[in-house]
Amino acid sequence: MALLLPSAEPVRYLTDTGTPVTDPPAYPVPDLDLLVTAYRKMVVGRRFDTQATALTKQGRLAVYPSSHGQEACQVGAVLAVGAGDWLFPTYRESVALVTRGVDPVEVLSLLRGDAHCGYDPRAHHVAPQCTPLATQTLHATGLAYAERRKGSGAIALAFIGDGATSEGDFHEALNFAAVFRAPVVFLVQNNRYAISVPLERQSAAPSLAAKGIGYGVPAEQVDGNDPVAVLAVLTAAVAHARSGAGPFLVEAHTYRMDAHTNADDATRYRAAAEVDEWRRRDPVARLEAYLRGRGALTDADASEIAAEAEEYAAALRARMNADPDLTPTDLFDHVYAEPTPQLREQRATLLAELVEAP
Amino acid sequence: MAPTTMAQALNTALRDALHEDDRVLVFGEDVGALGGVFRITDGLTDKFGDERCFDTPLAEAGIVGFAVGLAMGGFRPVVEMQFDAFAYPAFEQIASHVAKLRNRTRGRLSLPLVIRIPYAGGIGGVEHHCDSSEAYYAHTPGLKVATPATVADAYSMLREAIADPDPVVFLEPKKLYWSKSDVDLPLRTEPFGRAAVRREGRDATVVAYGPAVPVALAAADAAAGEGWDLEVVDLRTIVPFDDETVTASVRRTGRCVVVQEAPGFAGVGAEVAARVQERCFHSLHAPVLRVSGFDVPYPPPMLEHHHLPGVDRVLDALDRLQRDDEPDPRFLAVGGPA
Repeated sequence: MALLLPSAEPVRYLTDTGTPVTDPPAYPVPDLDLLVTAYRKMVVGRRFDTQATALTKQGRLAVYPSSHGQEACQVGAVLAVGAGDWLFPTYRESVALVTRGVDPVEVLSLLRGDAHCGYDPRAHHVAPQCTPLATQTLHATGLAYAERRKGSGAIALAFIGDGATSEGDFHEALNFAAVFRAPVVFLVQNNRYAISVPLERQSAAPSLAAKGIGYGVPAEQVDGNDPVAVLAVLTAAVAHARSGAGPFLVEAHTYRMDAHTNADDATRYRAAAEVDEWRRRDPVARLEAYLRGRGALTDADASEIAAEAEEYAAALRARMNADPDLTPTDLFDHVYAEPTPQLREQRATLLAELVEAP
Repeated sequence: MAPTTMAQALNTALRDALHEDDRVLVFGEDVGALGGVFRITDGLTDKFGDERCFDTPLAEAGIVGFAVGLAMGGFRPVVEMQFDAFAYPAFEQIASHVAKLRNRTRGRLSLPLVIRIPYAGGIGGVEHHCDSSEAYYAHTPGLKVATPATVADAYSMLREAIADPDPVVFLEPKKLYWSKSDVDLPLRTEPFGRAAVRREGRDATVVAYGPAVPVALAAADAAAGEGWDLEVVDLRTIVPFDDETVTASVRRTGRCVVVQEAPGFAGVGAEVAARVQERCFHSLHAPVLRVSGFDVPYPPPMLEHHHLPGVDRVLDALDRLQRDDEPDPRFLAVGGPA
């Protein structure tokens, strides 16, 4: 049963400032090329994130839950899985989705309010971003089991926050996944607050990873702001699931630097000193320092990546400045495969209203 | 032709669906070796193996959420909620995801899954084993809600539910599980969305569904002795709703009574009554009346016969229907005289 016990301390390869730790963990170190890619995706992802935050201030997005500080987890998760694997994101996983290659305007549909899910889930193997907490962990489990039954070799990775580990669906998902040996990886991004409620009020367990033990799910803790460690642990977790050994639970210790969303005031529930302490562990800066130390990133590389991020943000800004093209009858067209007679009548009513007052 | 019970018809429907389509999976609590507490899944694991019909951990949200993922992955899950009131832990999955995935993804993902729920009362069940929960599901856009009242419909509608591209909440009236009929299976009846006229008549239309259909038919027999020629319409599916059949019938008869087991307040009967008066107002000789269970939590078994609307309560409503020449405050009452 020792296999089920996560390490007492989070796995880490880098110190807070990005130098290698003296006693590296047992997981294989990711290739430098992959780490450079991770760095590029994290820089672009962070720029996307600040751009999205700016778009809320311009009224272009109804709300935006920032990923600032959690880029290592989101980018690491996407780079650890294959294109055929499925992601089950929450509303906070926008950086993961743009990393996956989903059109950023389509990613922001949910938050702009023109569609609940702007992208094609099947094309990207990404489920719709989920707002009810933890419900998607069961979907990930069912889909992973479906892939196992079909012999596709694909796995599912479900994102979840610390608060959502208190929901019943999370526990039912761990249990189902273990009983059915579903190839699913549960990635808990423990960012220490569920809106304003701190981890101490969320769970009395020694760690959120420890919650795997009761279900027979092996688990690991990782420094979620250490991109090298996140990639190493998630790569191993994905391999575990893909091998047929069943689910794996990863708790990534991280921190959201911004409030829960732009609608929330984080100064009411957490101290500036705490935020500053986490700022010192910034995942982007740590990876940059590490890569420079290894000679894998030059000033020119960094400038080029920064320029790419600016271009990405500018293109997004330009496209988000246009009003979305809305089709009011969309309201009725996807409730059922075939609309009911009542929906047909209501569609006609709306069309008549549009003629009278377009 | 041999007499077949509704339970056997449902079992045969599952058997035929499993046989014809490898994507069909049956799972839930105790559906394997035991064959379900009502034996609806009897013998399916023996015949198709425990990869096609299997027991799950005891967790209703888990069962439905797991089914969502399996349906996304190309399977056609048919899950059993052991009893109506046990389905509530799964309600978030049903309302937030099962009902909405097609809409959320603008048609890119659909959920062809069936949630079978042994439903309603009349079997002397103890607390939390008998609830009339149809209004919760019918009020949730994106779900189809079906409830068979005949043996033939039980087979045909379950086959149709499994083949449907959209999620179906399939409510099986428990007290009709052992009702019998001479039918040769397989067979197909009317499609979803089409109500059935179970008895033709000219004096009043009795609209019923699921467990209330036999009550309506018995009331029609009894009323015939009092000179009433009643038409009985069985909705079959609450969603989609067949306005056409109901409207045509009431326009012809000029009177309408809706019968349901569920509490009357904000129930399906209220919806039927509203739709009928909107569409048939000028044909009506009397207000549309509802005959329903009382607005109380489902009673303990020794009191349930007071709650469940029986023939007498329908006949009483018919008495009130005749008083169309003078206002009667009792028309405002639900579930019987105030």
